[in-house]
Amino acid sequence: MVHFTAEEKSTILSLWGKVNVEEAGGEALGRLLVVYPWTQRFFDSFGNLSSASAIMGNPKVKAHGKKVLTSFGEAVKNMDNLKPAFAKLSELHCDKLHVDPENFKLLGNVMVIILATHFGKEFTPDVQAAWQKLVSGVATALAHKYH
Amino acid sequence: MSLTKTERAIIVSMWGKISTQADAIGTETLERLFLSHPQTKTYFPHFDLHAGSAQLRAHGSKVVAAVGDAVKSIDNIAGALARLSELHAYILRVDPVNFKLLSHCLLVTVAARFPADFTAEAHAAWDKFLSVVSSVLTEKYR
Repeated sequence: MVHFTAEEKSTILSLWGKVNVEEAGGEALGRLLVVYPWTQRFFDSFGNLSSASAIMGNPKVKAHGKKVLTSFGEAVKNMDNLKPAFAKLSELHCDKLHVDPENFKLLGNVMVIILATHFGKEFTPDVQAAWQKLVSGVATALAHKYH
Repeated sequence: MSLTKTERAIIVSMWGKISTQADAIGTETLERLFLSHPQTKTYFPHFDLHAGSAQLRAHGSKVVAAVGDAVKSIDNIAGALARLSELHAYILRVDPVNFKLLSHCLLVTVAARFPADFTAEAHAAWDKFLSVVSSVLTEKYR
């Protein structure tokens, strides 16, 4: 079980407070689909994913990205109990969505990169380390109920 | 996996920016690596890894310079990195999983320093490029 120090929690919370979830969510999902095109396998119904600009501008990508990142907000509120917080979503991703947990790691790292582009110098190595811990914890929690 | 013409152009152009801050980027990449993935420090028991350490700076420079060599010979990365490939296979023997970690930290560093240039397309091209570099460096492992 991942444990966050008080400092890590406050680092994460303070940055999260400044994130535009709608915008960042769309960017994160978009970049996942651009950088790792095989992840498009889950989104056949999303329409035009034929180029980087098509993907980044795709309204379904943006809407779904917002959904995903909003849900990520639950992680920030439940850093001490990620597994229970994501239990239902874990079952959903296994039983209904059939998503390989490897994809959670890919998305987590893309999110870290998005944060770096948004926050620049403020996204110091220490801040990154706290966020890597969180995205890794979420990835583990989302994979926890797989069977 | 091979790089398209467009990807090569993007990579070379971004390198133009990276090279202006090469040493700092190298150092920062390693700082990020050791903080986010502490297990990577096991390869450097002989180093002083504190922020500002001369060894950290020297090693960071080395790493980014090697990336630069790959960019300059982007049509023949295997050739450019042949010596380094052997070094990693026979002497250093860094577990292959760590190349992904280092690549990620380099991308984070570049993203933080050049957010406007680090578009989704540039991100994709560089992720692919570093993946090719990593493959070359682990090619002779077994």
